[in-house]
Amino acid sequence: MALKIVKGSIDRMFDKNLQDLVRGIRNHKEDEAKYISTCIDEIKQELKQDNIAVKANAVCKLTYLQMLGYDVSWAAFNIVEVMSSSKFTFKRIGYLAASQCFHEGTDVIMLTTNQIRKDLSSPNQYDTGVALTGLSCFVTPDLARDLANDIMTLMSHTKPYIRKKAVLIMYKVFLKYPESLRPAFPRLKEKLEDPDPGVQSAAVNVICELARRNPKNYLSLAPLFFKLMTSSTNNWVLIKIIKLFGALTPLEPRLGKKLIEPLTNLIHSTSAMSLLYECVNTVIAVLISLSSGMPNHSASIQLCVQKLRILIEDSDQNLKYLGLLAMSKILKTHPKSVQSHKDLILQCLDDKDESIRLRALDLLYGMVSKKNLMEIVKKLMLHVDKAEGTTYRDELLTKIIDICSQSNYQYITNFEWYISILVELTRLEGTRHGHLIASQMLDVAIRVKAIRGFAVAQMATLLDNAHLLTGNTQRNGICEVLYAAAWICGEFSEHLEDPMQTLEAMLRPKVATLPGHIQAVYVQNAAKLFATVLQKHEGETDSQAAQETSQLLIERLPLFVQSANLEVQERASCILQLVKYIQKLQQKNVEVADEVTALFAGELNPVAPKAQKKVPIPEGLDLDAWINEPPSESESEDEKPKAVFSKEEPKHSRTRHTEVDEKELARRREVRKQEQANNPFYIKASPSSQKVFDAPGVEHIPVVQIDLSVPLKVPGMPMSDQYVKLEEERRQKDKADKKKKDKKKKREKRGKGRKGDSGPESEEDITPAQQVDIVTEEMPENALPSDDDDKDPNDPHKALDIDLDKPLADSEKLPVRTHRPEVLKSPAEDRENESVPQESKKKSSKEKKEKKKDKEKDRKRSKEEKKKKKKHKEVEEELMESQPEEAVQSEDTKEMAAPPTSAEEVTAPSSAAAVDTSSAAAADSEPDEPKDTEPEDTKSSKHKKKKQKKEKEEKEKKKKKRHHHHHHHRHHSDGGGEDSVQNGTVEDEEPLPPMSNYSLLAENSYIKMVYDIQGNHQDESKVVVSVIFENKSDSFLKSMEFNVLDSLNSKLQRPDGAGPHDGLTVPFQLPPGVSNEARFVFSVQSIVMPQKLKGTLTFIVKSEESSTHEKLDFKLHFTCTSYLITTPCYSDAYAKLLESGDLKGSSLRLEGVNMPFHHLLARICFHHHFSVVERIDSCASMYSRSIQGHHVCLLVKTSDQTVSIDAKCDEPSLLGNVLDEIKQTFSKC
Amino acid sequence: MQFMLLFSRQGKLRLQKWYVPLSDKEKKKITRELVQTVLARKPKMCSFLEWRDLKIVYKRYASLYFCCAIEDQDNELITLEIIHRYVELLDKYFGSVCELDIIFNFEKAYFILDEFLLGGEAQETSKKNVLKAIEQADLLQEVRVECCRSKRFGNFAERDS
Repeated sequence: MALKIVKGSIDRMFDKNLQDLVRGIRNHKEDEAKYISTCIDEIKQELKQDNIAVKANAVCKLTYLQMLGYDVSWAAFNIVEVMSSSKFTFKRIGYLAASQCFHEGTDVIMLTTNQIRKDLSSPNQYDTGVALTGLSCFVTPDLARDLANDIMTLMSHTKPYIRKKAVLIMYKVFLKYPESLRPAFPRLKEKLEDPDPGVQSAAVNVICELARRNPKNYLSLAPLFFKLMTSSTNNWVLIKIIKLFGALTPLEPRLGKKLIEPLTNLIHSTSAMSLLYECVNTVIAVLISLSSGMPNHSASIQLCVQKLRILIEDSDQNLKYLGLLAMSKILKTHPKSVQSHKDLILQCLDDKDESIRLRALDLLYGMVSKKNLMEIVKKLMLHVDKAEGTTYRDELLTKIIDICSQSNYQYITNFEWYISILVELTRLEGTRHGHLIASQMLDVAIRVKAIRGFAVAQMATLLDNAHLLTGNTQRNGICEVLYAAAWICGEFSEHLEDPMQTLEAMLRPKVATLPGHIQAVYVQNAAKLFATVLQKHEGETDSQAAQETSQLLIERLPLFVQSANLEVQERASCILQLVKYIQKLQQKNVEVADEVTALFAGELNPVAPKAQKKVPIPEGLDLDAWINEPPSESESEDEKPKAVFSKEEPKHSRTRHTEVDEKELARRREVRKQEQANNPFYIKASPSSQKVFDAPGVEHIPVVQIDLSVPLKVPGMPMSDQYVKLEEERRQKDKADKKKKDKKKKREKRGKGRKGDSGPESEEDITPAQQVDIVTEEMPENALPSDDDDKDPNDPHKALDIDLDKPLADSEKLPVRTHRPEVLKSPAEDRENESVPQESKKKSSKEKKEKKKDKEKDRKRSKEEKKKKKKHKEVEEELMESQPEEAVQSEDTKEMAAPPTSAEEVTAPSSAAAVDTSSAAAADSEPDEPKDTEPEDTKSSKHKKKKQKKEKEEKEKKKKKRHHHHHHHRHHSDGGGEDSVQNGTVEDEEPLPPMSNYSLLAENSYIKMVYDIQGNHQDESKVVVSVIFENKSDSFLKSMEFNVLDSLNSKLQRPDGAGPHDGLTVPFQLPPGVSNEARFVFSVQSIVMPQKLKGTLTFIVKSEESSTHEKLDFKLHFTCTSYLITTPCYSDAYAKLLESGDLKGSSLRLEGVNMPFHHLLARICFHHHFSVVERIDSCASMYSRSIQGHHVCLLVKTSDQTVSIDAKCDEPSLLGNVLDEIKQTFSKC
Repeated sequence: MQFMLLFSRQGKLRLQKWYVPLSDKEKKKITRELVQTVLARKPKMCSFLEWRDLKIVYKRYASLYFCCAIEDQDNELITLEIIHRYVELLDKYFGSVCELDIIFNFEKAYFILDEFLLGGEAQETSKKNVLKAIEQADLLQEVRVECCRSKRFGNFAERDS
């Protein structure tokens, strides 16, 4: 019965494949969520099935659901299962699902390491490809570290299909594991000259991406890329290379000069728009970087502008957009060239595409002049009226203001016009930029004295018609302009025709609905108006009007006294009391007007943004000192500009110093400066302050904002002193800048320009505005090329440089390969000890050798793996394939010579990343180097000499870098020996101690062998023994033969036709110091017992004088662990397995295990090929399977230092042996 | 390239490929935001827009929007080219592709994309090579699927073929 149900449900489940699911979802549009939840339930059922096909189908559906936004993270383990299927169909689905669903936080990723490694080395290129593709999406730092070496090997795969994928994914690996960059780079560089164009382009891609982040390390590749650029016909590659040059030229101007010609040629010749666009962009970048001190390249600029014009005129919106975009880049450095295309750009303002109009607007900024400003703005105003979307309208608004206000209103000839524009802009409904308009109004009214009369009249109208603005003010920001209007009317009330009316307008009950800060300004300025009214009527016999005004205030102010806003309330009540008092005096016919006016007397002047910084520091004042002992981060300096002044006072007296480093200070200064610059109400330096500063004037300077009270506390004189000094300082600076000429010119122009203003008055009035002009003017114009002090850090390239440096900077510091520690334990241990003291003696010759070894090891290994897959016959052929450029030389020499050859290609001055070249540099630095090397690398010495010649030429430049190189060398060589180590699932580099499964096989003075045994997944009777042979001698080892005395149970797999006692030829030779790995397949029958096999390695030691025959005996230890294969298992299946009762139990206790639980688990996983099924706190279930299908289940618990392992297996003796081995593992550590 | 999204005119996501690690939540947020922005654009508008610190390049093919996010310095035109190339590949593979092809064979669409782009970079610029790789991989798959099906999924064969 139960079986029937199960069967039925299986059928039903089988019925629903991906297509059905999709169809189902489409048919259940109304109750999609419900339908999907039933689907998910079904999928959960399917995932419990043993059938991998069913699981894959389920995972496929899940991937689809994931795209629809459903959480499928719970199925991560199932995805891993499907990934590890041996069938490509399922594997493909598994990897796809993983690439879509996995992210760095997915914990099962750590289980995939071995699976991925297996797939990477699969003989089927599509398995490898699918693994690489998947890995590119979910690679984590751990995976990157563990697999970096495998992927690096694949970079030399015979199939270009794999090579190109491996090359591309290396970029992701570098990002996750920067330490891999240095060791992998030489090979990556080789790939630039790969015979396959796909691989070549992949390498260009990767290096280009790397170089864009940190160009200076890739300058040395410039000649190579230059060659590629001139020879390549592939536009994709060309674009990347040109982009790369764009990144390099800022660092090496000479390169830019060289580039111009080929680039302009390309611009002329290419028909591909993308390439043209890239060239134009790069030419622009080059010209920007060349702009100083180079003969002008007006021809190139003209060419670019011409081409861009063609783009802009094109009917294709995309080209139009990009053309405008590139144009704006030119505008920054060559405004003249762009200005001649004004017609075209104005035309674009009418384009129906908003994004194009916005780009055109950007350009307009650079092409206005005094002549055309009004015309352009008029056009923009028309657009404002037409604009439908608020975003675009707001953009227009800010652009209008930007254009008009640029360079201190340089192009405005009539400010009445500008005020009218601003007033017109206030009619925009729903704009977010009320604040901006307000600040413009304030700025203009304050700085252009002649316009005040007009401005005040306009503002009075605005106030009178405030209801028009306040319609829906709560939402939009346009009511901000009332703030400005009220302030202007109050501050310059002497210009008001009818102050009484304005006063009335400001005290309407409706005002109470405005935002608090605006009301506060209203109240404060009502008081100013009151003073004006009093002043006006003073002396008249009839004091009626004045008294009426007082009465009005007394009637209306209580409304504000009740305000919820503290600021409003405080001001209102203060002023109310004042007015009441004045009323009393008025009734006694006392003249009060002068006294009331005195409250608000004084003139306000703008301060230059840089003014603050230019205040000379008084002697004895240490700005670095903290004012208060405990230095707090939230220093109030940053908060309000006013606080700065009040705080600076006490600094004179207090001279307790706490040191703050220069950077921090600079940063703070910068922040403060920016804040001040952005604060329109921060009072800017006044040129005429000397004249104006009588004591009361200072008091009202900061009135703009809100509090009268704060500035009142500030003692007037010191502030004015500061302003005076500041002004002097600024002027000196100006002189020094030799801007005199400009200044005069502008003054003249300005003078002429102001037609609307009355003559003599404007002369005087303009002075302050003009002087401020000059101060601020410098900012936009000189910002890029040559502003004195603080502008350079803002240089875009420099900023980019700093930013992008970061990822690679790390790699520079830590070139240690991850596997290194593991090797320390085993194969490279001796060598390590050997090399360390020598390094300390700076024997770079040794280092060099070491590095060579590494390189060859890498190379050889990659070949080795290929060999494993193919028959020995093919080896020669393959070598030729992977190293075609070396084809002439013998096989051995080939390997030795390859790096130097590539080094010769590089002729650029600095070579930070090129390890090859650096090794040569190191060699060069040691005079005795050749002697050392020659006997060792006889065959390659020729190359080296060649190299050295070259090096001598470059010696000077390299010297600088040498120290650097040494550093890297060491690390590189340290890490080298273990390149070959195939390590398993190491979880975390930091917390986990390094592990290696390679153990010593045998060793003598010539050779050292380490080995690891792994089960073969495909065949239940085979295990693979990987042996790393390391040549410890100074001689050449060749004709190595590996032989084992077979037992009944275990036999070495020999090629057909070989006798049972014949040895196997090790398929490589070992130059001095080199190690390489070979794999031998053994067949085993019973796997329940560990076993030892005796064997012998025979080899010929060939030195210059002689060659001797040597042999080395060893014992291969087949542990039971080596028959286990890491197999993932999910908890349901695990539970079933335990319930089945087929398994027999055993247990083990380990005392005194002093390591974190996850280390313990990782060790078991790593050394004994288990996988964690489930882990709860300090308890974990683990699973593994033998090559013959025995299930081994462990339940590991830990408390204190005791670990108890309960184990179950269907083969008790196997279990017993495995447990013994586990015990041994932990007794060792 | 940072990521690629395919969505329908109705705003339904049809394909997503992320080349930068992001949390699911962030991905959803970005997707929603971009789908809205792109769909709101008028047909005559250019294919580029600036979004956060990235550039979005999109193109509409029939009812499907192909949308890529690239970095500031990347080339918009080549990205359009990539999109177009991908569409051509889909077209060749499915034979005048339509949205339904991608919906029902979304894994194939991914496989093609993966052969074409890797880690956000174009890995194969030759259409022929991409299709060859896909065909061969499919061949590998089909053989196995077939034998698999003949054993277990007999009832499937006709529907799929």
